[in-house]
Amino acid sequence: MPFDPDPAVFRAVVSTIVPEAAALDGRGWHDLHQVVEALLRDRPESLKRQLRFFLGAIQWLPVVRYGRPFTRLNDAARTRVLAHLENDPIQKVRVGFWGLRTIVLAGYYGRPQAADAIGYAASARGWEALR
Amino acid sequence: VKRVSYDIVIVGSGAGGGTVAQELSPLCRQGLRIAVLEKGPRLRDDEFTGRELEMADALYEDGGGFLTADGAMTIAFGCAYGGSTVVYTGTSMLPPERVIGRWNVPGLTHADLDCRARRFMAENNAHLLEDDLINENNKLFVAGCRKLGYDVQQFPVNIKGCRGSGLCNLGCPNQAKQGTDRVQLPRAERNGVEVVTRCQVLTVGERTIAARVTAKPATAKGDPSPWEPGDYQIDAKIIVLCAGAVNTPALMLRSGMAKNLPRLGYGFTTHPAFIIVGEHSQPIVNFVGHPKSYFVDQFTESERFVLETCMYFPFITAKSMAGFGEPHSAFMRAFPRLQMILVLSCDEADAHNRVALDRTGRPIVEYRFQREAIHGLIRGAVTAAKILFAAGAVRVHLPVAQPTTIESGDAARLEEIATAAEFRPGKTPVSAAHPQGGCGMGRDRSDSVTDSYGRVHGLPWLFVADASLFPNSLEINPYITIMALADRVAQRIREEVPSLV
Repeated sequence: MPFDPDPAVFRAVVSTIVPEAAALDGRGWHDLHQVVEALLRDRPESLKRQLRFFLGAIQWLPVVRYGRPFTRLNDAARTRVLAHLENDPIQKVRVGFWGLRTIVLAGYYGRPQAADAIGYAASARGWEALR
Repeated sequence: VKRVSYDIVIVGSGAGGGTVAQELSPLCRQGLRIAVLEKGPRLRDDEFTGRELEMADALYEDGGGFLTADGAMTIAFGCAYGGSTVVYTGTSMLPPERVIGRWNVPGLTHADLDCRARRFMAENNAHLLEDDLINENNKLFVAGCRKLGYDVQQFPVNIKGCRGSGLCNLGCPNQAKQGTDRVQLPRAERNGVEVVTRCQVLTVGERTIAARVTAKPATAKGDPSPWEPGDYQIDAKIIVLCAGAVNTPALMLRSGMAKNLPRLGYGFTTHPAFIIVGEHSQPIVNFVGHPKSYFVDQFTESERFVLETCMYFPFITAKSMAGFGEPHSAFMRAFPRLQMILVLSCDEADAHNRVALDRTGRPIVEYRFQREAIHGLIRGAVTAAKILFAAGAVRVHLPVAQPTTIESGDAARLEEIATAAEFRPGKTPVSAAHPQGGCGMGRDRSDSVTDSYGRVHGLPWLFVADASLFPNSLEINPYITIMALADRVAQRIREEVPSLV
């Protein structure tokens, strides 16, 4: 079963973790989703359920403090919400955020376009390609 | 269930399994049948593309995402023909005398291990890389260390015809690294050893193995297994377990051996590590050239850490830095200007950290960061940051500081900025690539799982020959020591073949 997260929530989280993602076009988001799905393809269903649950919590927990869900917060408030999870006193919450952050970073930086954009151009030809 | 039989079966094909296969392979000429069973695939040379996620998925256990049970640390190890020797950087270190002495294993001397280790150093072409092949990421480390008066040393590396792709950890695309996939296994196969890939050993019983061969997934890299997919019963007069420090103890636990071996799974160490990243004002040559040429180990005894040069790929770099958002992205955008240092802490075998099984029989690693290991990481982070600033970095990413970006103007305050309070499991990105222990050598079953020749206590037909033999942390990169120990195991098997086969 695919990971298939709520697209609006997932994109809001991705763009908070990697601000450059906000500028991705439809093709870019498609590629990012493909990388994430491939990464999670052989992972247990329970893990995908946990990640979806975690995304749901990110979307709705801010209602308590900000009166609005995550997708309707400004960038600064979104950053504060995620920073709170990253620093939560409960290790399981921190680990949950770390797992989500990992798949987001894989989705963004696992794309060849992202490697090009940051100037990473490793080649099997090594020194020869450089000179 | 298909049934086959061999005289000797070796489980795993990394530094341990590859060595045992080579050293026993002359027995094939005497008519003995020997097989190596490898869970991972065997890739063709043209399949080593250097693409990060693709190669990680093809060559690492769980695609490189194997986590400790609490999710706080990633442990990376290979799963392919050649095991972790396909994905290491080839740093070739002799076993340290102080560590082997401290292990205090009856019958195991440093002189014996050292002699064997030197043979494998030569066999694998371990040598100091020529100066014109050292990149700026490494040269700046040397410059920073010398400015601070640190004793920086060069790693011998086991490469031949290196083109400087910098892709060692994704499997060398130029076949330059002399892992067991290039040296020992091909030699063993020429002598008649059979290597069966995509073959996972499920359990080990009295001179028999239950294994499952899987079909090659349609989109996966590598050749299909030489055996038909399906379940197998493999009878063998001698069985040698070389599946690594996570999978060998797990296999023995799954096989119900803990009852008679109370130390099974215990004594697990792994050199927990993180990276410290420095940003320079100008581009440096970092991702071209061998990534790991120098190290500093003068703080091993006093502060429990070792520093090594390193250079990773975009995703692993992003994952290995703490935090998110603009400060994190700013470092990623500076990729061509980044210098990296790996901090490894020297953890100790204790009563908690161990390999166990989950409810489905899969291995889990129960691991708690020790106070001394955290201290080593913090002290190592501070020292690495000093080196980066001394080398000219304008800012440093310090995963144990808040905020994590430290400007050069704050270099004098590093000691107060980096604190153990900022080390938070689940937040601080810690990973490890040196899993060790779980089947430690020793006197008897009260203190160990095997004797000093890797023979499992009470089971004359069962041997272990991988990093799980280490009774405690080795404190250096382990593969040469694994080969030396595996050579001892092979020697003992050769001596006992007449009685066991």
